Amino acid sequence: MSFSQSNKVKQSLDMESDKGWSMIMEPETPWWDLHLQDIWHYRDLLWMFVRRDFVAVYKQTVLGPLWFFIQPLITTVVFTLVFTGIAKIPTDGLPPMLFYLAGTTPWNYFANCFTKTSNTFVANAGIFGKVYFPRLVIPLSVVISNLIQFSIQFLLFIGFWTYYMAAGAKLSPNWPMIFTLTPPLLLLLALLGLGTGIVVSSLTTKYRDFTFLVAFGVQLAMYATPVIYPISQVPEKYRWLIQLNPMTAPIETFRAIFLGGEIPWLALGISTGTATIILLLGILIFNKVEQSFMDTV
Amino acid sequence: MSTVIKVENVSKLYRLGEVGTGSLAHDVNRWWHKIRGKEDPYLKIGQVNDRTKSISNSPTETLSTSTSAQEMDYMWALKDISFEVKQGEVLGIIGRNGAGKSTLLKILSRVTKQTTGRIKVKGRIASLLEVGTGFHPELTGRDNIFLNGAILGMRKTEIAAKFDEIVEFSGCARYIDTPVKRYSSGMYVRLAFAVAAHLESEILILDEILAVGDAEFQKKCLGKMKSVAGEGRTVLFVSHNMAAVRQLCERLLLVVNGQVKSTGDVDSTLLAYLSQEVATNQQWIRPLGSSPSAGEFSSISVELLGIQPEHELLLTCILKLETTNSVMIAFDVSDSNGTVLMQALPYSEPFIAGLGNHRVEVRIALPPLIPRAYEISAWMGTHNTETTDYIERCVRFEVIQSPNAKRSFPHTADHGWIAPRTLSCKITKP
Repeated sequence: MSFSQSNKVKQSLDMESDKGWSMIMEPETPWWDLHLQDIWHYRDLLWMFVRRDFVAVYKQTVLGPLWFFIQPLITTVVFTLVFTGIAKIPTDGLPPMLFYLAGTTPWNYFANCFTKTSNTFVANAGIFGKVYFPRLVIPLSVVISNLIQFSIQFLLFIGFWTYYMAAGAKLSPNWPMIFTLTPPLLLLLALLGLGTGIVVSSLTTKYRDFTFLVAFGVQLAMYATPVIYPISQVPEKYRWLIQLNPMTAPIETFRAIFLGGEIPWLALGISTGTATIILLLGILIFNKVEQSFMDTV
Repeated sequence: MSTVIKVENVSKLYRLGEVGTGSLAHDVNRWWHKIRGKEDPYLKIGQVNDRTKSISNSPTETLSTSTSAQEMDYMWALKDISFEVKQGEVLGIIGRNGAGKSTLLKILSRVTKQTTGRIKVKGRIASLLEVGTGFHPELTGRDNIFLNGAILGMRKTEIAAKFDEIVEFSGCARYIDTPVKRYSSGMYVRLAFAVAAHLESEILILDEILAVGDAEFQKKCLGKMKSVAGEGRTVLFVSHNMAAVRQLCERLLLVVNGQVKSTGDVDSTLLAYLSQEVATNQQWIRPLGSSPSAGEFSSISVELLGIQPEHELLLTCILKLETTNSVMIAFDVSDSNGTVLMQALPYSEPFIAGLGNHRVEVRIALPPLIPRAYEISAWMGTHNTETTDYIERCVRFEVIQSPNAKRSFPHTADHGWIAPRTLSCKITKP
């Protein structure tokens, strides 16, 4: 065979062999290559993690999942004593216990999602270093297992709510909105928690400063959001600062549909937009970090 | 046989030292180069990964120049690795600690990414880099089987179908509903391996998992790995257990300081690997400053010549006599535990005489010995009971080749070190 002929054969063989491979690992894959079908393939693992997070935490305890009730209950009682009893912060005419419960239940969901997700890479470095599975599975499992926790706390809230309604309190729940808005609200909270958590966890792999920031940052953020006070209490000229916080709108809306009040539609829309942008940004950064974080975490 | 794994010029660069404020400056520098379209400045200065070389500088000199500091920090854990694996092959990967074997496996398992190069794979890869990945101590054995299986890539239905097999293989049926934190370490490892052994992937990667577990477990592991390979699945196997490697693998890959030094059949690659280890010990030189006596060895060296079953040992020693008496020398051959196997005595009367230095070369015919390390002790004396000099276990040699080329199971010292040759074997009618 002449040189050019043998070259052509070699080329066609090379091209053929490139087709036959089920996977080609390149040193750099583009940021936007999300390989979401991988995550679908590992959906059983996602469920396993959710189950593990839920079941393992309360093993060898007597009260078990009852602890999910006790924590919000006692916190609310303390809030009532301190913020209404001592600090005398008005709650827009709504019963204080219910007011705080309506604020803390959704806030806790966001806070847990954010805190646990932001530690993904560091906390799971052991398992990530030994086996491959799409890393996004762990933050997703965090969001879903927190949802279960939220449901339990939500039940507590509904319990109190029903009691107050029956006792004749001045509540004006927005019935149609309760059913239509609650699931999207939850989704919004999940997106915010997931998005911000992913961004922080990607940064934490190299610069651990963020771990410290998250711990007290979440605490302080609760005070920057109208969880324990209604937004009407904030002086007019500073109200816009609180409105900038993407968590303000969901909390206010949650309170509005169950207890009565105006639904801040515009703020809600902006909040959703912000959440989507943060999530997309987060996923892109996460994807980039996922490829090389084992070398620096 | 088609190729299922093709590794092309894979390299991996690592940064040594702590990741702290210095790396922020490096990151900014790297990003600045990237947006200007230039290549990563740190790729050029990576060094060869030799873990024994420390950053040497005299106490008065400091690493003041930034370039030398940068050069010290980056290492090529793998450099231009290329090899192919065919379907159904069992490839053993050997090398010293820190050679880059686990890094290579991590890259193949997609745990970390290579710096340059491509890897092409046909089929699913299941890797067992550590036994019991993801086991949660609070969950029961049953729950952990499902969790571990899911982590390794099995679907829930698959695990459920094989559940009974897995429990039976592990031998922990009685404990299956107890939290794993109550298991003994042996049971833990057995359960973990049982799950991994039932993976249905085309390619299996195992990283030194034989290091844990008792003898029975190791036997079971090897048996399972053999049957897996027999079914046509490809296995990549890293181990320091030479006997296991010899038993299982058809081909070996030797990694030295991040580069592939040889890839070929088992015997020759093992020889290349062990010759790295032994080179320093084939010679002994008397350290300076010892007190003079009637006579002493100045240096001893050993060389193994010939092929099984007719090995020869060539011992060369230089000795110095300070007395007019004649001396004789003898050499003890012992195993690495110090048990003496035989003594070579060239002459039973003193035969070296004269003041000054002498060079003696002794050739010994060795009986067929099993493959392992042996050590030599050298003795000098004027009489059977008078020792002039005795250097204990100063040099060593390795027998690599098996005395019987067709023998497939590993030689161990359980049956003795000498493998006598059968001179004849007759079968007659009774």
